[in-house]
Amino acid sequence: MKDFAALITKLDQTTKTLKKLAALKEFFAVASDSDKVWTLALLTGKRPKRTVRTSLLREWSAEAGNIPQWLFEESYYVVGDLGETMSLLHPNQETRENKTLDHWIRQITGLQDHSDAEKKIIIMEAWNQMNQTERFVFNKLIAGSFRIGVSQKLIVRALAQFAEVEENILAHRLMGNWNPAVISYHDLVYDTNQEDDNSRPYPFYLAYALEKEVGELGSPEEWQAERKWDGIRGQLIIRGGKLYVWSRGEELVTDKFPEYEILTALLPDGTVIDGEILPYKEGKPLSFNVLQTRIGRKNVSQKILNDAPVILMAYDLLEFDGKDIRETPLRKRRNLLEKLVAKVNETSQILRLSETVAYQNWDQLAQEREESRKHLSEGIMLKHKDSTYKVGRKKGDWWKWKVDPLTVDAVMIYAMRGHGRRANLYTDYTFAVWKGEELIPFTKAYSGLSDQEIRKVDNFVKRNTIDRFGPVRSVVPTHVFEIAFEGIAYSSRHKSGIALRFPRINRWRHDKKIEEANTLEDLHQLLKVYHAVES
Amino acid sequence: MNLLEFTEKGIYCEKADLYIDPWQPVEKAIVTHGHSDHARWGTKNYLCQKDSKEILKHRLGADISLQTLDYRQKININGVNFTLFPAGHIVGSAQILAESNGERWVVSGDYKLEQDPLTPTFEPVPCDVFVTESTFGLPVYSWKNPEDVYHEINQWWQENRKEGLVSILTGYTLGKAQRLLHALDTSIGPVYLHGAIYNINQILINQHLPLYDAPKVTSDHKKEDFKGAMILAPPSAVGSPWIKKFIPYSIGTASGWMSLRGTRRRRSVDRGFVLSDHADWKGLNKAIKATGAQKIIITHGYRDVFCRWLNECGYDARVEDTLFEGELSEIGESTVEKQEV
Repeated sequence: MKDFAALITKLDQTTKTLKKLAALKEFFAVASDSDKVWTLALLTGKRPKRTVRTSLLREWSAEAGNIPQWLFEESYYVVGDLGETMSLLHPNQETRENKTLDHWIRQITGLQDHSDAEKKIIIMEAWNQMNQTERFVFNKLIAGSFRIGVSQKLIVRALAQFAEVEENILAHRLMGNWNPAVISYHDLVYDTNQEDDNSRPYPFYLAYALEKEVGELGSPEEWQAERKWDGIRGQLIIRGGKLYVWSRGEELVTDKFPEYEILTALLPDGTVIDGEILPYKEGKPLSFNVLQTRIGRKNVSQKILNDAPVILMAYDLLEFDGKDIRETPLRKRRNLLEKLVAKVNETSQILRLSETVAYQNWDQLAQEREESRKHLSEGIMLKHKDSTYKVGRKKGDWWKWKVDPLTVDAVMIYAMRGHGRRANLYTDYTFAVWKGEELIPFTKAYSGLSDQEIRKVDNFVKRNTIDRFGPVRSVVPTHVFEIAFEGIAYSSRHKSGIALRFPRINRWRHDKKIEEANTLEDLHQLLKVYHAVES
Repeated sequence: MNLLEFTEKGIYCEKADLYIDPWQPVEKAIVTHGHSDHARWGTKNYLCQKDSKEILKHRLGADISLQTLDYRQKININGVNFTLFPAGHIVGSAQILAESNGERWVVSGDYKLEQDPLTPTFEPVPCDVFVTESTFGLPVYSWKNPEDVYHEINQWWQENRKEGLVSILTGYTLGKAQRLLHALDTSIGPVYLHGAIYNINQILINQHLPLYDAPKVTSDHKKEDFKGAMILAPPSAVGSPWIKKFIPYSIGTASGWMSLRGTRRRRSVDRGFVLSDHADWKGLNKAIKATGAQKIIITHGYRDVFCRWLNECGYDARVEDTLFEGELSEIGESTVEKQEV
């Protein structure tokens, strides 16, 4: 555990990729195989199941620190991270104990068979055996929120160099459904076990936003344009007579979308399709909000299937007839994809082809882009017709060309402390628009301000608080901000009756008084213009 | 009428007609220490501990009217006895005991309990009312042994030197910078000071503080001079053009705020060292207990939280508004210290 805690500290202490890479390689060289597997699991987003309620952890931590519960909560507001708060509140002691990461994770997963009273004894004892950094890491493991500033790409690169395996191959091996509790390091990295191959997805190819003039891309006929659909990017796999659906977050979501099951019979074995899981009804897409109602549900009821039906909007074909065709040029992959989809469409409409947008020149495509919201799409995707299907986010062959966001001027009325890097600063704000004389909250937003602006707002909040509710403060309505967002939909859950897609702060309108902010009427006008379908 | 009152201008003793650490210009003031949120410009007559004298003159003007006292030396003003005691915060920092008719108030300014070779250690003064800061008045703040932190700093410097990087370490111009300088292992490499720190150092060396007389960074220096060197700079140097001449460098900050991961990352320095001239949670509680005071007045820091805690512990605690800022400017969140650089 000391080695792992030291690794986390090192990764935390530097922003430089080379140093992180060196720290990872150094760790791989000293860690046991089982600790290597857990580390790979944790750093690529696999975590042990939560076996203790955090409300209990908070109680025990307050008890261990010999402070009342309210003081624990106040401390947590300031630190902004539960695991860190608990690690700091425990009385410090240096210990010689050094059990393995594997030991502690098994301890944590084993907790589920114990009563709360037994869990308490085990956890208190564990805390006693660790120093503060170890406790921090341990708490992150129990509370299940392990975010360390290191990308999947970097982990793969470090391991590839350490294990002397090619990076692309390793990236593929580290994806998918392996279980760190049972798999051996050797099987995971050198892939000697062929059994679990069937479910394994390919790494997604992700596009960057177009950063130059579209005309600079060259000749229009070399580029394929499609709509950029607003659902969940997904990969559909048919292998060994079974269906697997992966989300871009590398989560196996097959059970969440039973609609796709029929494709096991309709698509040939050895097919992998990249597409968008898209809510869709009566020949057109629905707003993303509709899909949101079924994400996170444990059981997919008949009602959900009726209210929020999905299709797969097919973008690309990655595997055909059991062969990896990612290195084949797009125009050929597209051709194969079109045939596959046409065949399916004779029986079912569950799979649809993401149609190409026809255009003769860039001006025409720019026109089409302006129409995006009418199609409930976020913009245009541009793919070079000779492009291969690459791994991860790469520049050059694929670009997303999103429509400009919608904007509205709104008044800040509540502020909440941030987390992590922004802990102890008021960084999360609630904004309101006018309804007559009243300010009606309609969205939260937190990204978009510079650190310097955040400090200014923070200062303002601390000096202009009207009331406090836990970590939230209501403030004197004073400042107007321009809020940008990608889409707008009706919502029965919000007082304002609307929900925004990707709201963020565009800029601070120092030039505007609060009376000049937009009205709720303005927002409802926008709704009408963009025809979002009511859920 | 209480012996001390909290007014618009500062902490006021009506009987003696003087203020303690006023934030507006007044006739007469006793100043706890030389930091700019406590020693402010414009007062007619200042009184301070003798080691603060030159610092105050340097910061507030050579021609200010200034009287000094040594620690434990008593002065009677209109029937009120004032005595200064070590606060352990920075050189010359003092707690101020005010006594009248058997009533004892102590205004502690800023303080820490750890030993510091550059200033006498905090001395608990028995009193009825203790006026305290609470800059780090939350139980998550718990300082490590300073010797361990010094070791971390020297190790970091050595590693940087090996990689051909300049080390830049930031801390308050007055107090923290000297503490850091004193802790540096000068056998590792050369040390250079930012001009503002150099000026304060010269003053302190003149008053025989055991400080290494490091040179300041000047425009005559060449880039090679700094290779592998340690540069001590004020917090405001971060992100300023001044710092560009040291590229490639690694930058660290020494401050109590660095205990929290969030603050460390927000400050976007490479390394955060947990080192403070203020008391941590345990220190505050210990100091308060040692005074035997029943009435506690909290002037700055996590005031509301700390106040509630003290009341639950059985003290009669209350919060008073002041413009003291504690260690805020060390992470660039103060409004006062900026004029310095």
